Amino acid sequence: MTQTYQAQVYVTLRPSVLDPAGTAVQSGLTQLGFTGVDRLRIGKYIELTIEADDEASASQQIDAMCDRLLANTTIENYRFDLHVVNPNTSEAVSA
Amino acid sequence: MSGLKFGVIVFPGSNCSRDVAYVTRDRLGCETRMVWHRETDIHDLDVIVIPGGFSYGDYLRCGAIAQFSPVMRSVIDHANQGKPVLGICNGFQILTEVGLLPGALIRNRDLHFICETVSLTIERRDLFWTQGYATADGVISVPIAHGEGRYFADAEQLQQIEANNQVVFRYCDPSGVVTPDSNPNGSLDNIAGICNARGNVVGMMPHPERASDRLLGSEDGLAMFAGALAVLA
Repeated sequence: MTQTYQAQVYVTLRPSVLDPAGTAVQSGLTQLGFTGVDRLRIGKYIELTIEADDEASASQQIDAMCDRLLANTTIENYRFDLHVVNPNTSEAVSA
Repeated sequence: MSGLKFGVIVFPGSNCSRDVAYVTRDRLGCETRMVWHRETDIHDLDVIVIPGGFSYGDYLRCGAIAQFSPVMRSVIDHANQGKPVLGICNGFQILTEVGLLPGALIRNRDLHFICETVSLTIERRDLFWTQGYATADGVISVPIAHGEGRYFADAEQLQQIEANNQVVFRYCDPSGVVTPDSNPNGSLDNIAGICNARGNVVGMMPHPERASDRLLGSEDGLAMFAGALAVLA
């Protein structure tokens, strides 16, 4: 029987890639008086649900999705969390 | 009419396709076919141009969605046969996303959308796409118009690109010197355009089709399209 999983995918710029938008936002925070803010980086958050036989299969598929489309690994890294979705409440609970 | 047949790929959101067709069809008299992104049969075409624009609204990343268009499978086959492909601006972004060219185009260093005429050095004059400049020297002036045109590749890729002489155009000052000040967007090594190892696929952020008619102020880009006719005509 398959299980529904929710994936929360975080795509971030690789450390070697300059993030001018992040730098601009960081300087905005500094101007607002939030001193001590550093290394601000802006990334993307993607959320999806997927039907899979088990967690390993879900994880493998999300990896493939990230490699092929969700992230451009020349410039971005990704990581994701998986949660089991309760079929009765549609709420995600920890896997 | 020249025997060379051009195809211009049209995605939802392409906005420079007619400009390219104006140059190849109206200025150069070459048969030119607009190829909708859902088409898959392009075997009648000798040369493919992927024009600028905002294919699929630049969703996710510039060029990310366009790479899965049915027509791109055929464009990859076309390129793998050694036939010429040129990607301009968004077309360059698509060629990197699809893996025909190395690296990526990311947000300009200073965040601005830059729309201006820049000077370029031509590093390769022996390619299908640049042979029209073979006997010319000096820089060319061509417009750029992009928000995400900063060329990036990791250190190893960049080293390989430079070692293989895959850089085709660099941003430079009007006298032809490549300087940090003449780099409009923060591209690594002032890179404005590159080719694949074989040399048949070229991607560039500047718009040669917008510099192909005196009415528009410059004809410096015309040789990109006209130079090709000498060989295959």
